[in-house]
Amino acid sequence: MGKVAIVGVGQTKFGKRSDASIREIAFEAFKEAVEDARITRDQIEASIVCSGSHYDKQRTPAGVIVEYLGLNPKPTYNVDAVCASSGVGVRNAYALINSGLHDIVAVIGFQKMTELRSDEIQEVMGRSGDVMWESPFGPTMPAYFATYANAHMHTYGTTEEQLAKVAVKNHFYATKNPKAMFQKEITVEEVMKSRPIATPLKQYDCCANSDGAAVLILAGEEEAKKMTDTPIWIAGLGLASSPMSLTGRGLSLTSFTCGVEAAKQAYQMAGITPKDVDVAEVHDCFTITEIINYEDLGFCERGQGGKFAQEEQTYLGGKIPVNVDGGLLAKGHPVGATGASQIRSLVHQLRGEAGQTQVKDAKIGLAHNLGGIGMYCAVTILRR
Amino acid sequence: MSFGKFGKVNYVAETKVHDFVKFLEEGKIMGSKCKNCQRIYFPPRADCDCLSGEPEWTQLSGNCKLITYTTLHFAPASFRNDAPYTLGVAQFDEGPTVFAPLSKEIKAEEIKIGMRLKLVPETLPDGKIIYELRVA
Repeated sequence: MGKVAIVGVGQTKFGKRSDASIREIAFEAFKEAVEDARITRDQIEASIVCSGSHYDKQRTPAGVIVEYLGLNPKPTYNVDAVCASSGVGVRNAYALINSGLHDIVAVIGFQKMTELRSDEIQEVMGRSGDVMWESPFGPTMPAYFATYANAHMHTYGTTEEQLAKVAVKNHFYATKNPKAMFQKEITVEEVMKSRPIATPLKQYDCCANSDGAAVLILAGEEEAKKMTDTPIWIAGLGLASSPMSLTGRGLSLTSFTCGVEAAKQAYQMAGITPKDVDVAEVHDCFTITEIINYEDLGFCERGQGGKFAQEEQTYLGGKIPVNVDGGLLAKGHPVGATGASQIRSLVHQLRGEAGQTQVKDAKIGLAHNLGGIGMYCAVTILRR
Repeated sequence: MSFGKFGKVNYVAETKVHDFVKFLEEGKIMGSKCKNCQRIYFPPRADCDCLSGEPEWTQLSGNCKLITYTTLHFAPASFRNDAPYTLGVAQFDEGPTVFAPLSKEIKAEEIKIGMRLKLVPETLPDGKIIYELRVA
């Protein structure tokens, strides 16, 4: 297979965007990515528009977005893998470029989660899992991850304070990211005292609904080398699925098997081991998810994720800096934009443009993007 | 016979395993067992993973052990008046697992992973039918 690079990145500010529609937030991120890549819009041969469609008022949103961005009559593809939509979009763009069909492809991730009224969001939230056998009892997104938290605490002795440490870290780094939703540091005590959502998860253990867009421009090797002196190469890709129902996942609800499998594929393709990763973005929809992801990705031993967080091994200067852009917990999690936003942050790191949160001499970055209640996972390894 | 009676809120009314509700009304927790590979499923499936399967109904004891749980303080709209409530995953003695609410009769401080429970059918005041986990 040929090489594929990321040559341009853009992102809106994440948060409540009551000032703009979905087409307008997509435009903001798109304009920034095109300018970053220093290309003209006409050079883009195809677009992949990514969102969790259950949050969209607009049916088949690629239609209005591609029109508004001026990308007609070029082909466009809609990708929906809920929270992993744009992570999966990147894989599709890679495949399109390597197939020879297109040389330059834009991955456009967006979500306007606050477009739905709160009662509509509540209704959508009630259908996050298997609607035949689980939704009839009233589970929520936090509840699914909370069952993992209790199982992890029971099996490995992980504590609520260790979970809280993840929220504290990610809120700390969000204050250094002007595009992050939250801009205020928090303490372990504040996390512990925040209101219970689904035990043991409290408000600060959970990411907030957010609006935003992130856009990546990908190009084949020949084009990329013509366009920039600092292409960021896609070195490894992994994508895997897990059963959607909790009852289909066996007895050990302490690991996301799709994350383990996707990581294995990506490490193998890149020819690296977890120790080679200099900086990572992992899917921290909840604090427990980040802790499990450390283990699933091999950053620490199985069961040691809580301790790893407590020892601050994922801060700058630790063994492996993770989510130093604020992560989903504090940067915000506009579902369809998250995967592309993770990769944008890594591209900045690998170019040496990450400012205050720059990991010194970062050469290899890893993005881990989990979909829904843990049934899809896309892992992308980047190399400068 | 419709599956629409299953659950506090029902989203799937039509299924090949609709007899599950009839059995629940008779007080029975039924799984499916493949005649070909002998695998037991809960929830029941109309189709076995082995593809050549021909599932038949098989009654489960309901006896199980709690694997994990969570107490929800923030609920979907249709469940708002029920919160807080506890949902759990338990493993039947026969092998498969079930996702179900824990009876409100179990006090929060009594809930422990590994505790013995029994899954029993429960008819709701509006005529809907569910199952819940009670102390064995």
